Amino acid sequence: MQNIVQNIQTLPISYYLFFCSGLFCIGVIGVLIKRNALVILMSIELMINSINLLLAAFSAYSNDPAGQIFVFFIMVVAAAEVAIGLAIIVVIFRSTNSLDIDVLNKLKW
Amino acid sequence: MFTTYIFYFLSILAIYSAIMMLMSRKPIHSVLYLTLTFFTIAGHYILLNAQFLAVVHIIVYAGAIMVLFLFTVMLLNLNNEERSPKPGWIKMLAILSGGMLMVVLVGIFRTYDLVVSYNPHLTQIGLVKNLGKVLFEQYLLPFELASVLFLTAMVGAVLLAKKEQI
Amino acid sequence: MKLIVTLIPLLPFFGFLILGLGFRRIPKRISSYIAPGTVFLSFFLSLVVFFSLLRQPGSHIIELFNWIRVGNLSVPFSFLIDPLSCLMLLIITGVGFLIHLYSVGYMYEDPGYNRFFAFMNLFVFSMLILVMGSNYVIMFIGWEGVGLCSYLLIGFWFRNQSFNDAAKKAFIMNRIGDLGFLLGIFLIFITFHSVEYSKVFLLAKSYPIGTGLLFAVTLLLFIGAVGKSAQIPLYTWLPDAMAGPTPVSALIHAATMVTAGVYMVARSNLLYALSPATMLIIGITGTATALLAATIALLQNDIKKILAYSTISQLGYMFLGLSIGAFTGAMFHLTTHAFFKALLFLAVGSVIHALGGEQDIRNMGGLRKSMPKTYWTFLAGTLAISGIPPLSGFFSKDEILLTVLTHNIFLWILATGGTMITAFYMFRLFFLTFIGNSRGTDGNRTKAHESPPVMTYPLMMLALLAAVGGFINIPQIFNGSARLEKFLDPVFKDGAGHSYPGYYFSGNYDEIMIIAVPLILTCVMIIFAYKRYAIEQRVPDEQNVLSKPFLNLISHKFYIDEIFDFLFVRPVLWLSKNFHDLVEIKLIDKLVNGAGTFTIWTGNKFRYIQTGHVGFYLFIMVFGIIAILLFNILIF
Repeated sequence: MQNIVQNIQTLPISYYLFFCSGLFCIGVIGVLIKRNALVILMSIELMINSINLLLAAFSAYSNDPAGQIFVFFIMVVAAAEVAIGLAIIVVIFRSTNSLDIDVLNKLKW
Repeated sequence: MFTTYIFYFLSILAIYSAIMMLMSRKPIHSVLYLTLTFFTIAGHYILLNAQFLAVVHIIVYAGAIMVLFLFTVMLLNLNNEERSPKPGWIKMLAILSGGMLMVVLVGIFRTYDLVVSYNPHLTQIGLVKNLGKVLFEQYLLPFELASVLFLTAMVGAVLLAKKEQI
Repeated sequence: MKLIVTLIPLLPFFGFLILGLGFRRIPKRISSYIAPGTVFLSFFLSLVVFFSLLRQPGSHIIELFNWIRVGNLSVPFSFLIDPLSCLMLLIITGVGFLIHLYSVGYMYEDPGYNRFFAFMNLFVFSMLILVMGSNYVIMFIGWEGVGLCSYLLIGFWFRNQSFNDAAKKAFIMNRIGDLGFLLGIFLIFITFHSVEYSKVFLLAKSYPIGTGLLFAVTLLLFIGAVGKSAQIPLYTWLPDAMAGPTPVSALIHAATMVTAGVYMVARSNLLYALSPATMLIIGITGTATALLAATIALLQNDIKKILAYSTISQLGYMFLGLSIGAFTGAMFHLTTHAFFKALLFLAVGSVIHALGGEQDIRNMGGLRKSMPKTYWTFLAGTLAISGIPPLSGFFSKDEILLTVLTHNIFLWILATGGTMITAFYMFRLFFLTFIGNSRGTDGNRTKAHESPPVMTYPLMMLALLAAVGGFINIPQIFNGSARLEKFLDPVFKDGAGHSYPGYYFSGNYDEIMIIAVPLILTCVMIIFAYKRYAIEQRVPDEQNVLSKPFLNLISHKFYIDEIFDFLFVRPVLWLSKNFHDLVEIKLIDKLVNGAGTFTIWTGNKFRYIQTGHVGFYLFIMVFGIIAILLFNILIF
């Protein structure tokens, strides 16, 4: 590992900024386009990951470990959130036998 | 230069797999493409010398969360849900709004020069030892509370998914 | 000295607080001592102040604290002790104490005993503030206070709606006058940049006679006096105010409150002397009021209403005296009037109390035997008001008449006529009530008894004062010392004697003759009344009166109340009803309810946003984020 590390240099931060924005927007498009609740949840996970990467990049560039600690805790929360989200999806599927979000519109006026 | 090539390679792979995740018909394909994306992002972490984060990322995301997704898809047999496409204009609108968001963000980043020290050598804070020291000294309370959070999530998930007992 | 002067109004105020806050718990035995006690102490302190003023003449200003200081306006809360205010202090506390003492007996059976005395003490406090203030604003505080207490006390038996209406009428008519008074104060402040008497009078001296500004100021102040002292046209509240208990009528509507207007004009004598036009208006108003009220009193049958109209008439005389520059005469008449009018009212109260509430003189008669003390004191009061020497009324009325004669003989004739009418109706009242056979019911005849000593003692004191009170100011013609005139001279020296241009009767005349003529005419009227009511024992007959049109008009009080009702009351009620129907219901309620209706309507329309469709929500969220980002970029 150390050998690899010694050959790696830092890049300007703008690289990471554009890349993460791209990933984030792809996640947004996914949330808006897809109908399957599961795929929407996965797009949300994609968005969270892009943000994680950006935070880690800034932390490395500012030499401040707080950013990476924050990423750690975001992962904690994301894991818990996925567990609960999947449980909810399971319940929904059991009761309505469909995961199409256009069908799940009972909570309305 | 070497770094730049690796960065480009990983980025293009990540974006490709993300787009494929969106465009695939079956949910199981989306899950697999997402896992590929996660691996590329782990590679990015290594590029930043955030070693601990890279490993944890693979363990948690690719190892736990994606497995959860796979289990849900396979055990509940959700694979045959080929999504009926949304109306075309909604898709166009969605892509448009997503694109607009991208444009705005890029606009922001180009307008403002971020003054971040351009350090030719990588930092050492991503190493396990250093990160651990900070985690257990400064951020001990959130660390302990995270365990409580997990407990709550566990209880919640079990409670939610229980079958109704008549 | 400062402490004594401060205590004079404060003692009745404490009496009011104690009785007002504890009116349910304090037993009658104790409050019978508290209320008259505070007023007696104030009287005692007023005597101390009076004697110290005699030793050190001059006016003293005692400042309590700096009350208002805003920009140019500086109104300190200070008291002025000079001969005029000292005279008023003695009258208010002295006569007030006697009336309080009388009320202990009169109101003893009443359940609202403590409340009554609380209000009476509050009234004494307000009146003291009125006369002791050293600037117009403090006087106005007292002015308003006595108006309030008048309302509270007239409507004392509040369960009767007509009494409440009478109280409201009194307060509202007072208010109309107060508006004029307030405007006068504003004008004074604008012109002289101060409201202190000393400063205003000092600055006013530099004004020539007859400027429009001073005319406006004095006229506005006089409008206040018209309301408070029941002159034409704001007098109709006073007869209705007889709805209150008789001690109230004695204190407020005979001795003190209605004289506040006279005091105010006397205090501002310098301003009035510089404005002859206002003096003319005051003279016309006063004379007209005197004659009108005397005429109406001729045909009234309610014992208290006769006295009410008599009060209005005598106040007209006081204003007549003020209008011709006889300030001392007017104040002298104020003093003697306080004595004999309070006496008359208290005696009448004694009669009413004895007969169990009977107030119609057609049902009275023959009370001489059953109530001797009341009979003799009432006689003293009647003689005093008719101006029979050597009682006090003779001297005070005479002084006014003399000054009127030197000014304008026509006015003198009118004033003398008024005196004759006064004598006639007062003796009509006296004879019908006390002389002859009893016309009342059998129950009344047997019930009629003399009042307890707590009521007859003040009567006797007041009769004594009414008898000998005239000797404080015997004019020089009788080789008297004219003490009151000398005493009040520092206050009036700038204004006395000035008035509107009149036809000065400059012919040679013998002063004794001039005094004798009205006296003889008065005696003639008394004999006429005696013949008509005592010997022939004519009872006022309703049919007889209504048949003759002129008498009918008089007995209906010239329909003035009906005219006022038509001109003022009905339009206001019509206006208020229409405001309620049109503006309140259709406009304001619609507006207020409309706010609620609008909220519900928008809610109804907006709830369709919640489609339940998650994709839609996500869309809106993304749009919102983009909008915020754009907004931030474009602004900064």
